[in-house]
Amino acid sequence: MKPADPMLPRLFRVEKVRRELSDTFTMELVAEDGWEFTYDPGQFNMLYVFGVGEIPISISGDPADRARLVHTTRAVGTVSQALDELKAGDSIGVRGPFGTAWPVEAAYGRDLIFVAGGVGLAPLRPAIYHALANRDRYGRVMVLYGARTPEDILFRKELERWRGRFDMDVLVTVDRATGKWSGNVGVVTNLVMKGGFDPQQTTAFICGPELMMRYGAQAMEKRGVGRDHIWLSMERNMKCGCGLCGHCQWGPHFVCKDGPVFRYDRIADLFAVSEL
Amino acid sequence: MVKTQDLGHLIDQHPFFADLEPALRAALVCCAANERFAAGEHLFRTGAEARKFYLIREGRVAVEVEPPVRPPIILETLSEGDVLGWSWLVPPYRIAFDARAQTGLRVLSFDAACLRKSMEADPALGYAVLRRFLPVMAHRLSAARMQMLDLYGPPRAPKEKKDKKPKKKAKKS
Repeated sequence: MKPADPMLPRLFRVEKVRRELSDTFTMELVAEDGWEFTYDPGQFNMLYVFGVGEIPISISGDPADRARLVHTTRAVGTVSQALDELKAGDSIGVRGPFGTAWPVEAAYGRDLIFVAGGVGLAPLRPAIYHALANRDRYGRVMVLYGARTPEDILFRKELERWRGRFDMDVLVTVDRATGKWSGNVGVVTNLVMKGGFDPQQTTAFICGPELMMRYGAQAMEKRGVGRDHIWLSMERNMKCGCGLCGHCQWGPHFVCKDGPVFRYDRIADLFAVSEL
Repeated sequence: MVKTQDLGHLIDQHPFFADLEPALRAALVCCAANERFAAGEHLFRTGAEARKFYLIREGRVAVEVEPPVRPPIILETLSEGDVLGWSWLVPPYRIAFDARAQTGLRVLSFDAACLRKSMEADPALGYAVLRRFLPVMAHRLSAARMQMLDLYGPPRAPKEKKDKKPKKKAKKS
């Protein structure tokens, strides 16, 4: 049962913290009252570190796993750094889930292409889990992933495992090669331009830094994928999570309520508006 | 030895020259060769005369620059379906970056002097070649700019505006 008041945090216990990258970590949370958490891929929660503050973080776990809530984030601000300092057994407040989801079921029967940049792979991972759990409902499934360097590849072992499957394609590129990297070097849009998918039958989910998403969506369009089949996950300063406070207003949209997942044709024009 | 008709078939198979008219393809075949490179072998080096360009059929190439006293920096990698090299189109026809095979490589190579001559003689061929190169050049310029942006780097906080100091009020006498 959901809490009646979306503004009221529910108490969760940190079960496990895993270091993903030097500044990025994954937390597994369990409701202290045993509550089973249901959400759709692409939704986010407001995580509240007591005495510090509250921030929106996308859910990065498997939506089929209702016992554990999984969040992956980068420690860049006061609250995310405080989250990074939490240990197993600590408690935090959770409000959510909020926002729109990746339309995974509407994409049944089509090729499904995930385009991720940097930590943008985290909000896409629940949709990838869904696609793999329902593999026979899709045509091709591809993950196109771009990272800054080989050391910055998120969920590396999982990407390697997915790449080893015979029923999906995983292409990874880095902006800068370091060490013994012998894979692709270049921007993720290069992968979009080369990816072997049928544009007329493709649905694309894109998540990463806003500029990367803008160029990624443009590359998809160049390949012939319709704007109405391209979806992006936007990020703004979400506070209340339910469209009341207006902090995350983006043009006519509240990102927390109308997004974070938007269809490209509904927001393409907003990308051209400066300082929005 | 690869026969002329086989070269034509290989050109047809490569996406770069997709939908090329047969007569123009025949002109390309006259300047083409099928080549292989071993992993680690250089296709060309910075500063050399740009004698060829390549259509990659199989394998991966690193386009790189070698700074003094440092290992080479890979700028981008190219693979099956890509075209490598456009210095042959731009005077003074000098190579701007190194190209090294990262894996065993199969390519179609085109003799630059031969093709430039054919393009001068046949503007339709010149146009067909240039209209294929221009989007590639535009895409790579755009990609290079994106790489410069360091999109995945740590977010930089916007600089805080300094509050203007209030003007000192003139002392009342």
